[in-house]
Order: sequence, then C-alpha cells, then structure tokens
Amino acid sequence: MSITEILFWFLTVLALGGAVLVVASRNPVYSILWLIVVFFAISGHYILLNAQFLSIVNIIVYAGAIMVLFLFVVMLMNLNAESEPPRRNNLIFASLVSGCSLMLVIIGALRSSEEFIKSNKVLAGGEAGLIKVLGKTLFNEYVIPFEISSVLFLSAMIGAVVIARKEQ
Amino acid sequence: MQTLTNRAKIVERKPMSMGERMYLPAIFKGMWITFKHIFRKKATINYPEQKRPFSPVFRGLHVLNRDAEGRENCTACGLCAVACPAEAITMEAAERKPGEEHLYREEKYAAKYEINMLRCIFCGLCEEACPKDAIYLSETFAPANYQRQGFIYGKDDLLIPNPVTEPEAYQKALGGRVVKEMTH
Amino acid sequence: MLLTIEWPVVLEKLILIIIVVSGSLVIAMYTTFAERKVAAVIQDRRGPNRAGPFGLLQPLADGLKLFFKEEIIPSFSNKALFILGPCLAMLTAMMTGAVIPWGSSVHLFDRTISLQIADINIGVLFVFGVVSMGVYGIMIGGWASNNKYSLLGGLRAASQIISYELPMGITMIALLMVTGTLSLNEMVVQQQQTMWNFCYQPLGFLIFLICAFAECNRTPFDLPEAENELIGGYHTEYSSMKLGFFLFAEYINMFISSAVMATLFFGGYDIIPFYDESAWGLSQNTMAILGTLALLVKIGFFLFLFMWVRWTIPRFRYDQLMNLGWKILLPLSLVNMLGTGAVILLKQNGWHF
Repeated sequence: MSITEILFWFLTVLALGGAVLVVASRNPVYSILWLIVVFFAISGHYILLNAQFLSIVNIIVYAGAIMVLFLFVVMLMNLNAESEPPRRNNLIFASLVSGCSLMLVIIGALRSSEEFIKSNKVLAGGEAGLIKVLGKTLFNEYVIPFEISSVLFLSAMIGAVVIARKEQ
Repeated sequence: MQTLTNRAKIVERKPMSMGERMYLPAIFKGMWITFKHIFRKKATINYPEQKRPFSPVFRGLHVLNRDAEGRENCTACGLCAVACPAEAITMEAAERKPGEEHLYREEKYAAKYEINMLRCIFCGLCEEACPKDAIYLSETFAPANYQRQGFIYGKDDLLIPNPVTEPEAYQKALGGRVVKEMTH
Repeated sequence: MLLTIEWPVVLEKLILIIIVVSGSLVIAMYTTFAERKVAAVIQDRRGPNRAGPFGLLQPLADGLKLFFKEEIIPSFSNKALFILGPCLAMLTAMMTGAVIPWGSSVHLFDRTISLQIADINIGVLFVFGVVSMGVYGIMIGGWASNNKYSLLGGLRAASQIISYELPMGITMIALLMVTGTLSLNEMVVQQQQTMWNFCYQPLGFLIFLICAFAECNRTPFDLPEAENELIGGYHTEYSSMKLGFFLFAEYINMFISSAVMATLFFGGYDIIPFYDESAWGLSQNTMAILGTLALLVKIGFFLFLFMWVRWTIPRFRYDQLMNLGWKILLPLSLVNMLGTGAVILLKQNGWHF
C-alpha cells in the first residue's frame, strides 16, 4: 500500500463514519461538528486528487463560513432533548424509503460514470483541479453557465435583502 | 444666556463633515498623542529601591519620645487617649519605683501603651494634646501585616531608641524632627 | 518497503516545523511581555521589571502561574468540547505558520533548503482557510462552557469574524490580480524584483489591516471578550492552562497575521525596497539570514502597531462594528477591487480606452 492509498482509506473511513455520526448524534451541535469533520475528509480527498483549490475553497466556504452560521443558529436556538419532536413510525418509514431511493440513484450514477472515469484519467495526478486550469475552463468553456449561476446568486442575495427588510 | 466667565465652550452638535466621518485623521492624531507619551517621564518610581521623600509635616507612625538622657517622657496622663477621635490609644499608668529614675523622667509612667494602627486615622491630635512632648508622628507608615494583632503597636514598638546607648539609631529615628524643633 | 519516503526531506521539514513552532511560541510569549511594557510606557508607567533583568523572565513567571492555577471544569459544561475549544484555538493559530516564507533558501550539507515549510500553490487561500477555522475554538469553547456570557462571546466572535472575512477576501482578490499568483513565496520574489505590493494597493492594505485587527479579536474589535459587558466573554469559565491557551492563541494569531501582512504587502524577506541586494555580493546563507531578520523586524513593527492601537483606541459598540464591516469596508474593498481590475485591463491594452 502506498501512502496515498493509506490516506485514501483513512479519509474514506473518516468521511463515512463522520457522516453516520452526523445523523446518529442526538445533540445537534455534535451533528454539526461531525459535519465539519466530513467536510475536512472530503477536502482531503480533493487534495489526493491534486485539486488543492477545490479543497481549500471547500474548507473556506463550507467548513469555514456555512458551518459557522449553522453552529451559530443551533447555539442560539438552544436545542435540547426536551424540545425534540416526538418520533412517528410513518415518518421513519418515509425517511427510510427516500434514503434508500437516493442511494439507488447515487449507485446508478456511479456505475454509469465508471466508463467515463476509465476513459478520462485526468483527475488523479492530473492538473484539472489546479487553479489555472480551473479558471481557464470556467471562463472559456463554461463561461455562460458560470455567469448565469452568478446572476442566480445575485438575485438570491437581493431576494434575501428584500425579505429581511422591515415593512415600511 | 449671559455667561459668567466667557470660558465656557459650546459643544457643537452639527453633523460631522466628510473628513471627520472618515475618522482616520482623528485616529492618527490619537495615535500620535499616545506615541508622544512613550518618551514622557515616567510617573512611577521603583519603590523599594527608590522612595518618595515625605513632606516634613507628614503624619505617619507614632513614636514615644525620650529626653536627652534616655528617659521616657510619657507620664501616662491620658490626654492623648482623650484627644484621639478614633479611640485608638489605650494605656495603663504605673508609679516609678526608687532606682528607676534613669528610665522614666517623672514619678508616673506608662506601664502599657498601645496604639491600634487599624483604628488610628493619623490626625496628629495626640501629638498636639501631649503636654510632655512625649508622642509625635514620624515620617514613616505602618507596614503591612498578616494578622490584625500585628497592627496593635505596644511600647516596645513605639519607643524611640535610647540616645545614650544607641545614638545613631536615635538620630535616625528623629529624622527631620530636629530641624523642626530648632526652628521653633 | 512499500512506503517510499524521502527521509532527508522529512527530516528537514521536521526540523523547520520545530523551529517555526517553537519560535512562534517564544515570540508570542515575549509579545505578552512587550504588550505589558508598551501599555506601561504609553501610560507613563514602567511595566513589569521585577522578574529577571528588565523583567525579561516575566512571561516565564506568568506561564508558571497559569500552570499552577486550579483546573476548573464547570459541572454543567460539555467536558469534551470544553477541552476541545482551547486546543482548537491553539492548533489553528499554529497552523498558518506553515505557508509563510520565513526567508529565501539556505545551502546546507549539499542541499538547498527552503525556509518555508510548505510552498503550496494556494498559500494565500490556505491562510484564509485556517483563519476561518480559528473561530471554531472560540465558538465551541463559548458554547461548551454553558454560560450565557461565554455563549454571547462565542457568537459575537463568529459573526465578527465572518463579517470581516468578506472585505479581507475581496481585498485579497485585488492583490491577487496585481500579483497573478496564490503562492506566498512567488509573491515575495515578485516584490523583491519590483516594488512592494503596498505601493500598488495602499487602500487594500488599510482594509486588510483593519480586518486583521478584527480577525485577531484585538482592540478596538475585542468585543468577544469585552470584559466590562461580558465579564470575560468566551473564556469566562476557563482557568489554568486552558485559559492560557486561549490567551496565547490570540498572541500567536497576532504574530502570524503580522507575518502575513509583512509578506503580502511589505515584501516579506526583502531587505530594502527599490534596491537589488544581490549587489552586496554576500553568500546565499548570509542573505537568507539577513532576509529572515528583515522579516522579523517588519513583524515586530506590526506587533507594535497592534499594541499601539490597542492602548489608543477605545472599543467599538457592536452596531458600529457591524456598520464598519458591512457598510464601509465591504463597499470600499469592492471599489478597490473593481478599480484595480480596470487599471490592470487598461494596462494590458496599452492604456488605450
């Protein structure tokens, strides 16, 4: 086993174990902390794929900013065992079904992408994740989707401002 | 309104100008003021090594005086205890026995003389009340102590060193006192 | 052997890590001492001068005192997170030192050793990532204390750091447009050859400086630990060395952010601006040591600035803090970024409108 493989298995176990603990933790603050661990493990995977930019942006944006806001809200709401809603059996059944169907979709997608990965060995050890390549691709090949998504973000921001404004 | 001195400065409440709203000039001004203070003379002194000189009229720890032959001046008349507004002084009088003339100046003396330094307010009224010039306030202050008991000063703490047997210590304990009496 | 590791490289990096970590610890230690001395001289006092010559052993005495204090963990606190908080604060504070180029390379034992632990091509973003992690130590510590004041301190820290990270990041974008690289070492090399970035980005530097003050929770932005309204803020319940870790992390953060500012805007280990030092004809190792000393002098100046400002300017009110961050610094940094972009575009077109 090379050092990359050891790291891969370590990060995979960390990511999956963390993800299970996110769901299994009774305390929402613990859930968020485990989610941060998951994000770190995923960032580690990005680094293994030689996509340092993606990995650090994942940390800055998700683990650094969004999770802080999550933690902020959960800490302010002071959720504890007493405020937990009662569990209903049909709710558990529904979530089981939806979870399983999501898993099916993911497995199906992964199976169909197997061929694609085999034919394009760009990621592992390649330069696709480096910032220069990423920037050039984003602003040449995918410039229209990129700009459209930025307009989407802008409109979302304006919408948030409109909602947050007090009624005059 | 008519002002009395014309020195009153009217506070301006008008909205700040653009330059003031940037705050940076004011911040730099403040920083310059604090920077100048770095080179100022320090107000603190290194205490145990350096000591601030006390004023000659400083009223500190009490001293029970002796005369030039080393005899105690105090006759335990109790005027100081009466004068004391904080009721810090207690004493017990005793009669001088034959053969003790070199110890006490007069026939009556204080067998016990205690001042509670926690009660004392260092007003100096005892010094003024004393007809025999037996008590005066020196230019030191009571040092810190761990127990309250330590602040009750007895005769052995208060008595000035004997001028006959320990002349240097006596001179030192007198301090600026000599000069003061000479000018009287 | 399946694990093929280049042992000399590992050893070299290990030694460098030990030097950087212990160095930043010692410097942070003496920064606490310098803080007290600077506070004293600004207030016409003398400051600590009893422990050792000129009071130089004072930080050791302080550390020893913290070690021997009673370790109190509140009974209603969340013990694991209560301990995790200061550890995380300390860890993130130490991590940024890895990407800062502490000097050019030295030549030792027939090897050229770079005085930078990791020259990763996303150095600036790494700094940002670690800084944004730094808030977790404070938040977790504040929440786990199970104390309203601690929680408020933690929440204040979180919202403050998030608000000031935005203008900081946008300022960085402007700087990155000028330099065209994310690697800190390359930035320093560029500044050695041309001008210090401060000349290109004076407004950017000002915004960055203000944001750095806010990110370090230093006065005038020390609201998370505002003692007269929140008792001690997030470290109200902490005692002994865990409190020491929090306090120490603040000083390490100060040291590291000074190093980052010196590297980004003031030429890092460049000794004299607008001057080619290679004309002196000194050997590579001497130049590297001189460069490191120059960087340390710059860091020292920034540390002094941190203290100078702390003992001059009073603390903001919370709404003023948020107004400054969102209504002034954010638009200002956006204007700075757009202006920089426009100038660069014009320059590329040969000043042709």
